[in-house]
Amino acid sequence: MAMNSQGRPSRPVHGVDPGAYPDTFSGSRGLDQAEPLLFERGELNNTGVDLPELKGTPSRLGTFERDANMGMPGLSEPEAMRHYVRLSRKNYAIDLGLYPLGSCTMKHNPRLNEKMARLPGFIDVHPLQPESTVQGALEVMGELAHWLITLTNTKAVALSPKAGAHGELCGMLAIRAALDAKGQTHRRRVLVPESAHGTNPATAAQCGFICDEIPADDTGRVDLAALEAKLGDDVAGIMLTNPNTCGLFERDIIKIADLIHKSGGYFYCDGANFNAIMGRVRPGDLGIDAMHINLHKTFSTPHGGGGPGAGPTVFSEALAPFAPVPYVIQEGETWRLVEQEADAEGEPFGRMVAFHGQMGMFTRALTYMLSHGSDGLRQAAEDAVLNANYILARLKSVMTPAFDGTCMHEALFDDRFLKDTGVTTLDFAKAMIDEGYHPMTMYFPLVVHGAMLIEPTETESKSGLDRFCDTLIGLAEAAKGGDKDRFLAAPIHAPTKRLDETRAARTPVLRWTPEAAE
Amino acid sequence: MRYLPLTPEDRKAMLETIGVNSIDDLFQDVPQSARLDQPVDLPRKKTELEVERHLTKMAKKNISAGEAPFFVGAGAYKHHVPATVDHLIQRSEFLTAYTPYQPEISQGTLQTLFEFQTQVAILTGMDVANASMYDGSTACGEAVLMASRVTKRNKAVLSGNLHPHYVAATQTLAKYMEIEVEVTKADVSAQGDLAAAIDDQTACIVVQNPDVFGNAHDLSALAEAAHAKGALLIVAFTEVVSLGLMKSPGEMGADIVVGEGQSLGVGLQFGGPYVGLFACRNDRNFIRNMPGRLAGETVDADGRRGYVLTLSTREQHIRREKATSNICTNSGLMTLAFTIHLTLLGQKGFTHLARLNHETACQLADALSGVEGVSLHTETFFNEFTVRLTKPAKDVVEALAQKGILGGVPASRLYPGQGFDHDLIIAASETNTQGDIDAFVAALKEVL
Repeated sequence: MAMNSQGRPSRPVHGVDPGAYPDTFSGSRGLDQAEPLLFERGELNNTGVDLPELKGTPSRLGTFERDANMGMPGLSEPEAMRHYVRLSRKNYAIDLGLYPLGSCTMKHNPRLNEKMARLPGFIDVHPLQPESTVQGALEVMGELAHWLITLTNTKAVALSPKAGAHGELCGMLAIRAALDAKGQTHRRRVLVPESAHGTNPATAAQCGFICDEIPADDTGRVDLAALEAKLGDDVAGIMLTNPNTCGLFERDIIKIADLIHKSGGYFYCDGANFNAIMGRVRPGDLGIDAMHINLHKTFSTPHGGGGPGAGPTVFSEALAPFAPVPYVIQEGETWRLVEQEADAEGEPFGRMVAFHGQMGMFTRALTYMLSHGSDGLRQAAEDAVLNANYILARLKSVMTPAFDGTCMHEALFDDRFLKDTGVTTLDFAKAMIDEGYHPMTMYFPLVVHGAMLIEPTETESKSGLDRFCDTLIGLAEAAKGGDKDRFLAAPIHAPTKRLDETRAARTPVLRWTPEAAE
Repeated sequence: MRYLPLTPEDRKAMLETIGVNSIDDLFQDVPQSARLDQPVDLPRKKTELEVERHLTKMAKKNISAGEAPFFVGAGAYKHHVPATVDHLIQRSEFLTAYTPYQPEISQGTLQTLFEFQTQVAILTGMDVANASMYDGSTACGEAVLMASRVTKRNKAVLSGNLHPHYVAATQTLAKYMEIEVEVTKADVSAQGDLAAAIDDQTACIVVQNPDVFGNAHDLSALAEAAHAKGALLIVAFTEVVSLGLMKSPGEMGADIVVGEGQSLGVGLQFGGPYVGLFACRNDRNFIRNMPGRLAGETVDADGRRGYVLTLSTREQHIRREKATSNICTNSGLMTLAFTIHLTLLGQKGFTHLARLNHETACQLADALSGVEGVSLHTETFFNEFTVRLTKPAKDVVEALAQKGILGGVPASRLYPGQGFDHDLIIAASETNTQGDIDAFVAALKEVL
């Protein structure tokens, strides 16, 4: 055995089967440290915050006071730090590697955006301060609005929607308001392609619309003949994602817009995939009437483990008057906030939310836009499309692309290449975890069997894409070569093995309780 | 461009691999008339330094809460957030992760959501809570829709003392869901007889506690009245710190509790992102009808405890037009900020913080009551109250701002044209010093 000068072994011992190691005493596995719930870690009398002493002024709440023993433990600052840092290490993140979730646009989140959003003049400002004390904040909103309107060639934008689905709701409520204003209350049917995000039909339903599905043609796009056949006097509009969820540009989109308009309906465009076309195509030129923009996708505000998002919604001239309050306007050098429907110029359909929207996301998105400039945004869209097509080109011989031809910003595969291997799309995705990658979007869109939707975004390098493609080629060949176990057991190198989702749903445990812990 | 790794050589090689001549070939499906051949008419790219200067210039035009004696509330509150919170939420693994759809590599997010749900349930005195809504106002609207589904009734009564933005957001959500929304008359110092508005068609009654003017209420009798008619009591709050001192909504008989969690960990942020809290009773029918994501406990293939998103058959990506809500992205990172702040506080710190807020508000109310031209409306309050002034509150607030004091929210900004022109809603918190209070009093004397 090799020894150093202190007599310490300096080389690993060979010939020991790693599988023979028993579980550890601590439950941790090296850097993957076991971490119980804070309720199991903390003490009821512990706190990580020092507060000034109370003066002893008698409470004026009388009988309204609650029992101070709430059963809610605390942690000291060092314990809290460790608790959350340990938990953080059980997460995959864009900062750790490629995050190819199709339709989610997981791109690099520049830290300049974080720094700007934390300037005291933005982060420490109250939404109801007098306008004279928040001129800079209103200016950010005004400037962001200008960028969004210019990039989309539209007439107005509602900044207040809090996420993509909220933006969809904003757009569809404006459509409903516009129809109501024309006395066309009978128009209740909304056409939604079967490849749409689930939020589209859910949103339409929340506006009291009835959804009517349009099938896709064999190129993965809206079947124009089927669409025409569904048009009629009861159609309120269409909700169409473009580029669509198969990663394809709807070639007939201008025709679709014309058809919808001629039949008296409106065109809602789901802007989730705007990253593919920003700076190269202005949706307003395609005839859309409303479109939300996910600032947390296209404009790189961090996803934060599921939010917050921001879903500003742009409007055509036809729908602009119905945009909700609040919005900002400029009068000379002064920025003003129009908060009340009565003060608005048009006929706003109402208000969607308390206050003015996701200001923290506005500053980040504006920072991102200013950094790129119009030239950089265009380049970003081009690189996003280039990267996706490069993946498609490199993988098409081993995996099965769902449709022929090139794609936009995401490449869609189906599970034909896994036929008779005993490996499912889910197994394949879990094996990617063992390879150090976050899986692609799976089983969506629904129009493709065992769908795998890969969106690399523009912030991946060619060498990074090559390593990713090499890995996927390796996995695809392993599956075809009969190495089924690698997939069925996966993941084995993640903080947990595959989790039992059925059990979670059948016997829901949605919170910690002291009784259950005993 | 510093965020784009591809070099011109890479692009050329990749186009070759793809088998096309130029990037334009990849955009061939775009109709000719809609193709832009050059960047849109907006400024070109900027260096980090240039962007920083541009944004800093705008930020400096605002008066931040930290640089002035600050008493603005009415739905968002200034509190001290420990430095640990902001450090932890900027950990790459939390900040740049997606929704935890792959649980094996998202246990960090999932366990913190489970902890968050537990804390919210404890605070509100309810059995279960979801993994957040966008904010308090949208949580309120979703609660009304849920109550209508649960009770199969289509009438909702909203207290006039519910924050008018919450009322508006709820009306927007309910508008086309065939739910009739009745709003009672707002009253600065009382709430009126809400029980009288409940009939056997009422799905729910929504009350804010403390209400928008700061009045604290005992809602036990209202809960009984609602339940007697088969209606649900929805309790909303905008100041979550109040739950550290006041009886929880659950204790008073609430069926659904919604609120704004901004006070813990999140900061003011000019109105967003915030974090909507949503909790309810442990009733199968309730849980099946809840909106939003839920994290739940389970085990992995080795039997080790782990967490997943669960009961997703309620949600839009599975149920589509029959989903309980269209919500997808929620307030993920803000739930983390909330839960870290609350973990640092623990019940010991949280109840102390609440008491400190109440003390400061009492002290402020006493000091302001001594100013000529000011009369206190609110008898029982937590950290916010309303005063009537001899001059229009809007003018007073503007004059105070000129003196560098952010002195509250004119009630007329929330209730325009409804006779509240002389009413000023004032909030205090642990961040206010005796010096702040003295400065406020002195300035108010000059202004009035």
